[in-house]
Amino acid sequence: MRSLLLVILASGAVAALGWTGFAPIATPASRDQVFEIPKGTWKRRMSGDKVEILPNHIRLTLGIRDILVLRNLDDVPQIFGPTLMMPGQSFRLPFEKAAEYQFACTAHASGQMTIIVEPNPNTPWARILWRSRSFVHKLTATQQAT
Amino acid sequence: MTQHAARRSRQLRAAARAAVVLLSLSIVSAAGAANAPALKAGVFDPPRAAPDFSLKGSDGRDLKLSQYRGKVVVLGFGFTSCPDVCPTTLGTLAQTRRNLGAAAANVQVIYVTVDPERDVVERMQKYLAGFDRTFVGGTGTAAELAAVRKDYGVSAEKKSIGDTYTYAHSSFTYLIDRSGKIRALMPYGHSPDDYVNDLTILLKE
Repeated sequence: MRSLLLVILASGAVAALGWTGFAPIATPASRDQVFEIPKGTWKRRMSGDKVEILPNHIRLTLGIRDILVLRNLDDVPQIFGPTLMMPGQSFRLPFEKAAEYQFACTAHASGQMTIIVEPNPNTPWARILWRSRSFVHKLTATQQAT
Repeated sequence: MTQHAARRSRQLRAAARAAVVLLSLSIVSAAGAANAPALKAGVFDPPRAAPDFSLKGSDGRDLKLSQYRGKVVVLGFGFTSCPDVCPTTLGTLAQTRRNLGAAAANVQVIYVTVDPERDVVERMQKYLAGFDRTFVGGTGTAAELAAVRKDYGVSAEKKSIGDTYTYAHSSFTYLIDRSGKIRALMPYGHSPDDYVNDLTILLKE
C-alpha cells in the first residue's frame, strides 16, 4: 500500500515536471510590463514619504513580457526610469535582444536601473526555470498585497 | 404623422448617420494605428514639444534646435573625451546616415556636450567631423548646458580619475520629428539598422 502511494506520488511529480518543461508557454494578450507613478506621488515625496516605484532590477522575457511601459499619472513632470516624463505621458520601450541593459536613473539611490531581458524559454529546462521563477514572483506579490 | 414627429424623425436619422460616420472614422483610425510601423526606440505618448535651446555650435555659429524644424533630429549628450559610449553612438549614427543615402539630407545629428571645460568649439568641430562632417555639436557655459540637460531629463555626473576626470552621463539619444516633437528615446547600443528603421518612419510623416 505504502509503495503504491509512493509510485502515485512519484508519477505525479514526473507528470508535473513534464508539464512544466514541455507545455508551451502561451503568449499573453499583452506583453507590457507596466510601472506607473500614481497621482500624488510628488506631494508624498515632498512630505518626506520615501516612495519607490521602479525596482532597481526589472526582469523581462522575450516573446512573453518584453515591453517596458512607464506612465506618469502624477501632476508634475518626473524623472522616471531613464527619461523625463510629463504629466499624463507614457513611455513604451520594446526589447528585441536578450541582454542586461543599464540606464542612468536619478530616481534610484544607486543612480542606475538595470533591465534584464532574458531569452524566450524555448527549452524544457528554460521553461522549468521560467515557470518556477514566475510562481515565486506571483507568490511574493500576493504576500506583499495581503 | 405630426410636423413635430416628422422633424424629430429627421433629427434621429441625422444623428444615426453622424454616429455611423464617426464609428467608421474611429475604426479606420484604429486600424491605421494598429498597422502603423513600429519604432525600435521607446515611444512617448503623447509626444511633447522638444524644448528649444540656444548654444554655441561646433561650426562657430549659434545653435538653436528650432533652426532644424523640418528635419528629423537625433539629439545626443556626451563629451569628446568619452572613452566608449560617445564614440560608439556617433559611429553608429555616422553609419546610419550612410545607410540612409539621400534621405540623410533630412536628418540632423546634434551632440550637446556635458563637458564645457574641455569641449570648446574647435575641439568639438574636429572630433565630430571625424565621424560625419554634417554632425553639429553644442557647447556653452556650465549653467547653459545644465539647463538644457534639465529640460531633457539628462544626467551627467563628473567623476575624478587621478588628476583628470570623466563623466557618467545618459547614453540614449532622442528622436525629434520634423515638427519639433520628442517622439522617441533610443537606448544606447542599438544598431544602425534600428536607427534607419525609425528615422525612415519619421521621415515619411
